[in-house]
Amino acid sequence: MESPVVYFKDLFSKKLKINAIALAGREQVMHRPASPLVTIIRKEIGDHVRSWRFIVLLVLIVLTFLASMYVSVTNIKPAAAGEEPQQFLLYLKILTTTDGSLPSFHIFMSFLGAILGIGLGFDAVNAEQQNGTLIRLLAQPVYRDNLLLAKFISPLIVITTLFLSLALLMIGGGLIITGVRIEIVEILRILAFILLTVLYVGFWLSLSILLSVKFKQATTSALTAIGIWLFFTIFYKIVVNMIVKAFLPDPAFLSPDDIMYYNNVILNLLRFSPSQLYTDATTVLLMPTVRSLGPLTVEQMAGAIPTPLSFRESIMIVWPQLTGLFAATTACFALSYFFFMRREIRS
Amino acid sequence: MENPVIELTGLTKLYGSLKAVDNLNLTINKGEIYGLLGPNGAGKTTTILMTLGLTEPSAGKVNVCGINATSNPVAVKRRVGYMPDNVGFYDGMNALDNLVYIARLNGIPESAVRPRAIEMMEAVGLERSMYKKAGTYSRGMKQRLGLAEVLIKQPDIIILDEPTNGIDPSGVKEFLALIRQLSRQQNITVLLSSHHLNQVQQVCDRVGIFVEGRLLASDHISRLSDQLSSKESHIVTITVADVSPFTDHHQQEIEQQIAGVKAVAVSGNTITITCTRNLTPELVRSFVKNGLDILGVQQKEYGLEEIYQRYFENNLTENESNGKSGSLFQRSFFKKIKN
Repeated sequence: MESPVVYFKDLFSKKLKINAIALAGREQVMHRPASPLVTIIRKEIGDHVRSWRFIVLLVLIVLTFLASMYVSVTNIKPAAAGEEPQQFLLYLKILTTTDGSLPSFHIFMSFLGAILGIGLGFDAVNAEQQNGTLIRLLAQPVYRDNLLLAKFISPLIVITTLFLSLALLMIGGGLIITGVRIEIVEILRILAFILLTVLYVGFWLSLSILLSVKFKQATTSALTAIGIWLFFTIFYKIVVNMIVKAFLPDPAFLSPDDIMYYNNVILNLLRFSPSQLYTDATTVLLMPTVRSLGPLTVEQMAGAIPTPLSFRESIMIVWPQLTGLFAATTACFALSYFFFMRREIRS
Repeated sequence: MENPVIELTGLTKLYGSLKAVDNLNLTINKGEIYGLLGPNGAGKTTTILMTLGLTEPSAGKVNVCGINATSNPVAVKRRVGYMPDNVGFYDGMNALDNLVYIARLNGIPESAVRPRAIEMMEAVGLERSMYKKAGTYSRGMKQRLGLAEVLIKQPDIIILDEPTNGIDPSGVKEFLALIRQLSRQQNITVLLSSHHLNQVQQVCDRVGIFVEGRLLASDHISRLSDQLSSKESHIVTITVADVSPFTDHHQQEIEQQIAGVKAVAVSGNTITITCTRNLTPELVRSFVKNGLDILGVQQKEYGLEEIYQRYFENNLTENESNGKSGSLFQRSFFKKIKN
């Protein structure tokens, strides 16, 4: 019963110190007291890493990762056969190839990321309030925003570490198995993918922290967060389809220009869902051949050279998605700030 | 000794239309142990939260050590140790780690954190179970751990909200003795709230009686007792060896000659005399003159229990006779107290 906890404790304890020192900045001298923010972050990371909840989530993600890696590695040969050798980016292929039996890792992450974010944040504030630790904490000389920031930053540090190690494992494994050298562009794209995933988890995290500030019971906030997530992953598409069928004209009677226009409208409606933003952005980042997220006309395609896009161009395409996710995260965080800062805390 | 460390002026807190705290004025001096007494829901906790800057007052000012607690709560929290009503700890961490965490948050230098935490655990008598998970602690142990946590920041002021809740009687005694000792040794100001009167009586220098958001009385317990007994009739009980010399004639003499005697009642060997002022010496002289052998004289003293009871009885009867909203009966009640 104790073994996994002890294992993780030892595994991460070094990292915790390193993280804390890195956060404290270079001017931080060791014997001086750490700032309250660093202290809280350190404690929060420790709590997360030792909690069974995190271990379960970790196992879930690692299993998903291994399964999708297995599927893609076994199918890498047929996928590689159709490609020109100069344009073939093996490590991106490992992340995206699938034979249809399992979704690829980045599709998995579009819903696992949400669960991860919700799982790490849904009881951030209200559990402390229920236990009576919140009032004790706030009776210390600590600014309230420090607490909220720590509740946000520490899970982000944990999941960044998690995804970075997974990606490095994947690259290392790929190097050993295939012996193919990794291109710089691949490193950039994988790093961008990890950052994007962290941002996406960050969105769900800030949403669930907002709910945990707003609701007194941890179960209420967890259920509400899961409700919002379900709405966006399942019902939102159905709702959009219904609206489209009810309001938009029959495509049979429309000119191609109009069809294109309405298609864009529908796509933009779908992009209100954060998981759609995430899937769009990861698809472009991990598949350099994807040139646009909307429909393209023949005129637009005319004269295009059939080569993969450069990293910069891919980033340009997904910039709106990145901004959207970032804005949603910030909005949730700002709201939780607003609700938390002047609230009366009682046990 | 006029050296106020906590000054509340015109403090008011509204929850919607409900006045939780109503125009409270209170000054607590350095080194004093002040007991805030009142029934549940009287606004004690709200007052404490405002003192710490954890809640904003609707009106009025809070000054703690000369710092405005509403606009600068962090500076106040550096000076004040607060133990809430329901102390909660991180159950997954051991008690010492809980304490170390709080010590770090208070900016105690890293090298001093552990030794000081261990020292504090010893001070509150938890040195034997400091490596136990806080979740396994009993209520009384948690209370002690809470006190250790309050003390580790070396505060000027300690605020304890219902500190004796849920501890057994002997534990309460020890706990209060510890608080008193600390306060005296290090000249720490203590503000504690409670609805357990006799416990408060043991340790407090001054008490404030707090009902429905108003401070009805605030003074030393002895003075409060005097105030109350001067308003009420004095009761002197005299026990004699033999009651037979005490005749009706004698009784009439006492009732007529000594001004202020209201009633005399005889039952067995005891004679109970109700009078409007303290007449004990006159009564004893008169008894001796009449050849009665006095075995004992008892003068009724008002303890905190009586004082408290008296205030609440008034409150209750007013409430019943008025049958109106709180503010109305509060007003009339207040008049009565002032008279």
